[in-house]
Amino acid sequence: MNRSLRGSLVTLVTWVLVLAFFFPVFWMILNGFKPESVASSVNPKLFFTPSTEGYQLAMDRGMKGYLLNSVTAAVTATVVAVVLAIPAAYALSIRRVKNVENALSFFISTRFMPLAAVVLPLFMILKTLGLLDNIYVLAIVYGAVNLPVAVWMMRSFFLEVPFEIIEAARVDGAGLGREIFRVALPLVLPGVASAALITFIFSWNEYFLATLLTSSAARTTPPFLGSFVDGRGQFLAVLSAAATIAALPVIVAGWAAQKQLVRGLSMGAIK
Amino acid sequence: MSVTELDAVEAEAATEPRRVNKKELRAARGLLLPAVIFLVLLTQVPFVVTIVYSLLRWNLLYPNDRGFTGISNYVSALTSGDLWPSIVATVLITAFSVILSVALGMLFAILLDRPFRGRAVARTLMITPFLVMPAAASLIWKYSMFDTNIGILNWLSRTLGLPVVSWSTEHPMLSVVIVLTWQFTPFMMLILLAGLQGQDKGILEAAQVDGAGTWRTFTWITLPHLRMYVEIGVLLGSVIILQVFDPIAILTKGTGGTKTLAYLLYERAFIGLDVGQAAAYGVVTVILTIIVATVALRTLFKVFMAGGSR
Repeated sequence: MNRSLRGSLVTLVTWVLVLAFFFPVFWMILNGFKPESVASSVNPKLFFTPSTEGYQLAMDRGMKGYLLNSVTAAVTATVVAVVLAIPAAYALSIRRVKNVENALSFFISTRFMPLAAVVLPLFMILKTLGLLDNIYVLAIVYGAVNLPVAVWMMRSFFLEVPFEIIEAARVDGAGLGREIFRVALPLVLPGVASAALITFIFSWNEYFLATLLTSSAARTTPPFLGSFVDGRGQFLAVLSAAATIAALPVIVAGWAAQKQLVRGLSMGAIK
Repeated sequence: MSVTELDAVEAEAATEPRRVNKKELRAARGLLLPAVIFLVLLTQVPFVVTIVYSLLRWNLLYPNDRGFTGISNYVSALTSGDLWPSIVATVLITAFSVILSVALGMLFAILLDRPFRGRAVARTLMITPFLVMPAAASLIWKYSMFDTNIGILNWLSRTLGLPVVSWSTEHPMLSVVIVLTWQFTPFMMLILLAGLQGQDKGILEAAQVDGAGTWRTFTWITLPHLRMYVEIGVLLGSVIILQVFDPIAILTKGTGGTKTLAYLLYERAFIGLDVGQAAAYGVVTVILTIIVATVALRTLFKVFMAGGSR
């Protein structure tokens, strides 16, 4: 077989596999635009008259409120994690801290601690304090869950700031705050952005804590979607529409920030 | 700072009683403190409380019958017949999903590493499953892929004249593994693709000039180079999937050997209302995770201390 033919064949195989992998997402988006009777029919249809019925029904089930809660939780968690992570990551990279290794293993270990190990006391304490079903409380918990990852990622970016720049700033008499926020931080903004993105994605998608720590007022989108499991009758169109709306923000953000995503997902271990 | 410089600084710190700039040290601690306090309050303290709970006789159905009970929650967990199947389910689901997603991720990384028309689009489509909300992914698979009536897989079966399969009830473990593999393959692909693209092109060309075939170049040069990336992928994937809950809650509700530790705890605590018992399962989950993570951490530290900074 000649080289170019073999090349095109591999390309063809690649595309077939990629499209097969993407198919469930494509099908979800398509089903969201089908009238219910078409979506739930035994024979799948590729061509149909599009309808927004599914989206309408999802909104009728109060999806807007759940989405708003999700936005509040994910944005607040991101702010909390980023604000606390910047100084910590800076201390662990440019400034010398005693037992850097210990501090780092502490940070990593909290990420490796299963949520199952902390959820019971959190539930009991919040219940006693009357703070269950509070979206900001959920957000703060999300902030804590994602803080270690944020610190780790940002540290790997801070490490790349040439120390001479910091030294020069110190010689010029810059204080600690100025040194971090005016000198170092602008150089690591992409790193801060990717830490923020990862925190946002994990918080937006989180299901376990959201199910347990919220009930109605602060319920976020994932447990709302989970409630479809007990649905009766035809509901594939509305389910697909709701799932599409819920997944879309993260999909778009992830598509836009593919490069940062790699480093974020590997917690900064890979450039 | 390069690795050697770091080492030098570290060595200096170890030998010389470093000209400790007390002010600087205090400042560094001050910078770390808020994050550490926050984490201790929200993760370490609750974990200690979980250990305490696990030593208590405490069922919310009998609020007045509460007291210290020693290790009896652990004993009954070990003898109840729920714990081992749950550990097996957790480990099997994690192992299968991680192995399959690394294998598939490697395949896709290799396919997407070569230049072809529309590569950026293909790559973008490929990472999407990882971005889809896990609850949404589980639901979409349960109904539009696995369902006996309206699922695409069974439509394919019918079209090909094969028997119809009720995936999530007849093959619960396989269904969960399929969904997790589908979600985590892009995760592995991204990490491995970064590894492939970080290869020294000169060495690859040299190998080609020396007449090493594609396969030999791959096994002798590319695979050893990718080892670190595979390790990072495996360990991060394992630690995340060990906690798996969403697909269980949505696809199988813990039936058919898929009751993972996280789901078991959820059942005991929030359906059975047995706090003491559930806490014992929580502690067991942590121990299991620590076993996996110790191996994992060691790897990550090696990577991190050696190549991570540069």
